[in-house]
Amino acid sequence: MISVRKGGLLDGGYLWYQVRRSPLMAVGTLLILTVLICTAFAPWIAPHDPNAINLVNRLAPPSFEHPFGTDEVGRDLFSRVIYGSRASVGIGLAIVAISMTIGSAIGAFSGLAGGRTDTVIMRVMDVLLSFPPLVMAMALAAALGPSLFNAMLAIAVVRIPFYVRLARGQALGLRERPYVRAAVTFGARPLGIVQRHILPNALAPIIVQSTLDIGLAILTASALSFIGLGAQQPTAEWGAMVSTGRQFLLDQWWYPTFPGLAILLTAGGFNLLGDGLRDLLDPKTRAR
Amino acid sequence: MSFLYVIRRRLILLLLVVIGVTIITFAISHMIPGDPARLMAGDRATPEIVQSMRTRLGLDQPLHLQYLNYVGSLLQGDLGTSIRTGRPVADDLVRFFPATIELAAVALFFSVLAGVPLGVASAVYRNRWIDQVSRTISVTGISTPAFWLGLLLIMLFYGRLDWLPSSGRLGGDVTAPPFVTGMLLIDTLLAGDLAAFRSALSHILLPAFTLGFVHLGVVTRQIRSSMLEVLQEDYVRTAKAGGLSRRQIIFGHALRNALIPSVTMLGLAFGDLLYGAVLTETVFAWPGMGNYVVQSIHALDFPAIMGFTVVASIAYVLINLLVDLTYMLLDPQIRSVG
Repeated sequence: MISVRKGGLLDGGYLWYQVRRSPLMAVGTLLILTVLICTAFAPWIAPHDPNAINLVNRLAPPSFEHPFGTDEVGRDLFSRVIYGSRASVGIGLAIVAISMTIGSAIGAFSGLAGGRTDTVIMRVMDVLLSFPPLVMAMALAAALGPSLFNAMLAIAVVRIPFYVRLARGQALGLRERPYVRAAVTFGARPLGIVQRHILPNALAPIIVQSTLDIGLAILTASALSFIGLGAQQPTAEWGAMVSTGRQFLLDQWWYPTFPGLAILLTAGGFNLLGDGLRDLLDPKTRAR
Repeated sequence: MSFLYVIRRRLILLLLVVIGVTIITFAISHMIPGDPARLMAGDRATPEIVQSMRTRLGLDQPLHLQYLNYVGSLLQGDLGTSIRTGRPVADDLVRFFPATIELAAVALFFSVLAGVPLGVASAVYRNRWIDQVSRTISVTGISTPAFWLGLLLIMLFYGRLDWLPSSGRLGGDVTAPPFVTGMLLIDTLLAGDLAAFRSALSHILLPAFTLGFVHLGVVTRQIRSSMLEVLQEDYVRTAKAGGLSRRQIIFGHALRNALIPSVTMLGLAFGDLLYGAVLTETVFAWPGMGNYVVQSIHALDFPAIMGFTVVASIAYVLINLLVDLTYMLLDPQIRSVG
């Protein structure tokens, strides 16, 4: 599992070997680091106040002063894109954290409980998985009322069943593994078994899935914002910025272009990292 | 896993889904802030009028009776009346459905046309530069916000180059063909109107490409991974040992078998495309179901939103069922057991 031991995942030589073997994963990691730095240090990186209105300088094209141009009330788009990383990455992480925690807990419980409880929970999840996800998220968000928080809740609820299924499968499979049975035979404490054997082994697929999910969550949240169900003015959020920028599409190309590019690069980063992690953590694909 | 067993199981699931989705939409329509009776009666209505409206709508009955009434009217095909258009929601959906199907079908065609060769090349030249390029393309597709890609394409092909129209399904200079399937590419050909066909084709290119590009990655990945699996099979090694050419092995043996699991994926992709079309339709003002529901959301037209959700969910389950049945028919191993 993930360790810094010689030959472990984070060992220097092995890391370099992975970068050469999977350059796309390295690109993804770099993209995510860049976005995270923007999120953490937005006030220091952004040259202007993201909400400072300057009506004299409306819809100015990209320049040295405003690398991404300005919007319809003269706000600096570069600064708004930098600050927008907070809304988008924040919501992406929150969605995955909520759906992963609740989903994995239900799934692990269902798998370990077995019997009738397990059957009922899984049938309910089958039903929930049959709904078209985007449509369900839209209906929920519309009913809760348009806001970034409600969009987050709606998307998180829709994602829960995926983790339930994943965690249940893991719990079921691991319960029967020889090393777990051996540990039971030798009288190891149940908590110790969960800690030493179940958790580390169940985590790998869940980490991969959640990394890929962050990208999806960011895309879905920005889509809800784009159709007006997410972030509202004047919040700096990428999807909402593309939505407003749409009116200026033909004359001010920079307005919708840069916020959308930010979504693509961020979601792309998480997808590349997720793919890479899957190859790394799945011994089957590693051997091939 | 017999055929009938699967059908029975899936029909039960379908029933559960219908019950589930109606409970959810029913709950949602009771969560909306605001009193529907007051909304229908208007601002200046007296309390007596609002009360009589409540009785007429059945809102004074206990909740479980209200739910049964709701399901009862759904069974009769009554999805309620849209507040925005003033027409029955069911009629509206029927009117807008063909445009969405047409868009999703052309988009699927695009993603298969490009995705299958990319996936095959990616698997055959695993971890070489062509694989890296193909994987970059598919990750880009999966990570691209469809609404943004649509805007960029409009900017380029309409704004700069003026080659293609930016919205709608048909130009103003041609007359719409008589309604047969509701899909203009087919209807114009049936009417023998080539000018209208060209116009319909030019209108569908950008939205279908947008939608198809986003799904290109899904297709490429699926083909790549099933090709990788098949290329390790014994019969491929035997074919190699028997001296067949690389081309014969890849297209004659490997691809044919790799395509079988892909059928499921393609069907699922079609279901996703139908609903992924929501965003693309908004950007291109494509008069389909997605555009309809987004406009309903803006107008807080809840009967329309909930009607769409019910129909969309049921259609989604039906498509998935059809896909699984097709898969069973295609795969001789499963068929013979059933």
